[in-house]
Amino acid sequence: MADGADAGAKARAWAPASLTLTAGRDKSGRPEAGDVVLRPGEITALLGPTGSGKSRFLSDIESLACGDTPTGRRLLLDGRSPDADERFELQGRLVAQLTQNMNFVLDLSVRDFVLTHALSREAPDPQEAARRVIAAANSLAGEPFDPGVQLTQLSGGQSRALMIADTALLSWSPALLIDEIENAGVDKRRALDLLLASDKIVVIATHDPVLALSADRRLVFEHGAVRMTVVRTGEERDILARLSEMERETTRVRALLRKGEPLS
Amino acid sequence: MRLVTVAGPPSCGKTSVVAKACGALRELGRSCAVVKFDCLQSRDGEIYREAGIAVSVVFSGGLCPDHFFATNLEEAFAWAAGTGAETGIIETAGLCNRCSPHIRGALGICVIDNLMGIDAPEKIGPMLRLADIVIVTKGDLVSQAEREVYRYRIRQMNGRAVIRHVNGLTGQGCADLAAILAQAPDIKTVTDMKLRFSMPAAVCSYCLSETRIGSRYQKGNVKKARFAGVSDG
Ligand SMILES: Nc1nc2c(ncn2[C@@H]2O[C@H](COP(=O)(O)OP(=O)(O)O)[C@@H](O)[C@H]2O)c(=O)[nH]1
Ligand SMILES: Nc1ncnc2c1ncn2[C@@H]1O[C@H](COP(=O)(O)OP(=O)(O)O)[C@@H](O)[C@H]1O
Ligand SMILES: [Mg+2]
Ligand SMILES: [Mg+2]
Repeated sequence: MADGADAGAKARAWAPASLTLTAGRDKSGRPEAGDVVLRPGEITALLGPTGSGKSRFLSDIESLACGDTPTGRRLLLDGRSPDADERFELQGRLVAQLTQNMNFVLDLSVRDFVLTHALSREAPDPQEAARRVIAAANSLAGEPFDPGVQLTQLSGGQSRALMIADTALLSWSPALLIDEIENAGVDKRRALDLLLASDKIVVIATHDPVLALSADRRLVFEHGAVRMTVVRTGEERDILARLSEMERETTRVRALLRKGEPLS
Repeated sequence: MRLVTVAGPPSCGKTSVVAKACGALRELGRSCAVVKFDCLQSRDGEIYREAGIAVSVVFSGGLCPDHFFATNLEEAFAWAAGTGAETGIIETAGLCNRCSPHIRGALGICVIDNLMGIDAPEKIGPMLRLADIVIVTKGDLVSQAEREVYRYRIRQMNGRAVIRHVNGLTGQGCADLAAILAQAPDIKTVTDMKLRFSMPAAVCSYCLSETRIGSRYQKGNVKKARFAGVSDG
């Protein structure tokens, strides 16, 4: 039996022109309004109260849902259901995912872990790739860590920083799914810049106005289903610019306060 | 009957995965029977019965569980076939990590979970190395990078197995597994089939590296299990 997840080069070359999640049902079994189509280069934000089904939507994409999840949604690639062979080939390859998971459980040092991951992803120069991931993680984390430290000893923020840097620099999946990056205790703006520097399909579940407005459109969730789709307007872009400016100012002042420097 | 052996360390998710895959098979109109080999006690019988799957649970008690398993394979096969099931699945947890219950010519599945530590794929030994399919569970509890690193380690230990991630709680991935089970080799009898790996020394014929299955090859301290009646299933 062929096992595509090992056939790195072939999987790497492939990128769908669209992903579609077909309409499913909400938590009471009522049908969802319509299909959602996702395209490369497009950022989609998922909004809605806690428990409304944002993470579930991301899992439906990640697991190539075929009516086998609580929502009943199906994932289509370029408009059609992948057959059994394609599903096998794509399992774990289609998307890079940053979940709300904040801790590692594997008993490895950071260096060995990232190096093994680079090897498993067939990075051309694994040592160099690992070095870059660790450097990027340390630039996101509030408190830098030593590459020799055990994964399980990293703080929540350091773990997230490492997961973000690893996803941004080692992944070649055509889709990137991000779950609530704002609660990660990392430099959110830098993390986003690092993650978005590519022509991927990007889906972000968020409660953060700046992240939400960074997206081209927003899906609003309620009771386990998409209730509404909102496309970003020109006016909203202006609001985004204003909010971003305020955040930069907040960040600047925070940095000065931390160092005990005068606020001028 | 199609024959499948499912092995893996305790609590890695064997019963969860098998019960859900059998459920997916039943939806396709294909029936399964499960034999669970364990050491002293097990709740797996209830779990399978609740899922509506014919099951027989047998205990090795004071004997080496691996030898007990080999000693009772013919009878286990006969019981499962007697239920009229298309596929007979044997779940084993009691087997020590030195051993492997997989049989040449039957489908051998190893279940391992993402939380067992980075050296687990190596420690688990022949149960994993000689498997046709490796099912990895509890991926929901770790990061994607950890799943990939773990998978890479599994691949280093077994270069040819199909490796699949399955969620034993939600059943995600079980439909794919059911499709694999539906293709398991169809076998008339296990008699004269061979284990893929010889068992450790103790005091019966399998202690002397016997690998053939069947009463006629069994000497010494042989314990025969009592299986549930077909109607108990
Ligand atoms: N989070 C999580 N828990 C799981 C998964 N698979 C199984 N479990 C849990 O792990 C425990 C042991 O599972 P069980 O099937 O009895 O394992 P067995 O001893 O190998 O048969 C149970 O509490 C299951 O609910 C999984 O994929 N994710
Ligand atoms: N359409 C649905 N049908 C059934 N259960 C659902 C549905 N959507 C979400 N759920 C379940 O509801 C719970 C909360 O959803 P989750 O996606 O974690 O919410 P959020 O990320 O928006 O806080 C989860 O257990 C999820 O599996
Ligand atoms: Mg969530
Ligand atoms: Mg069990």
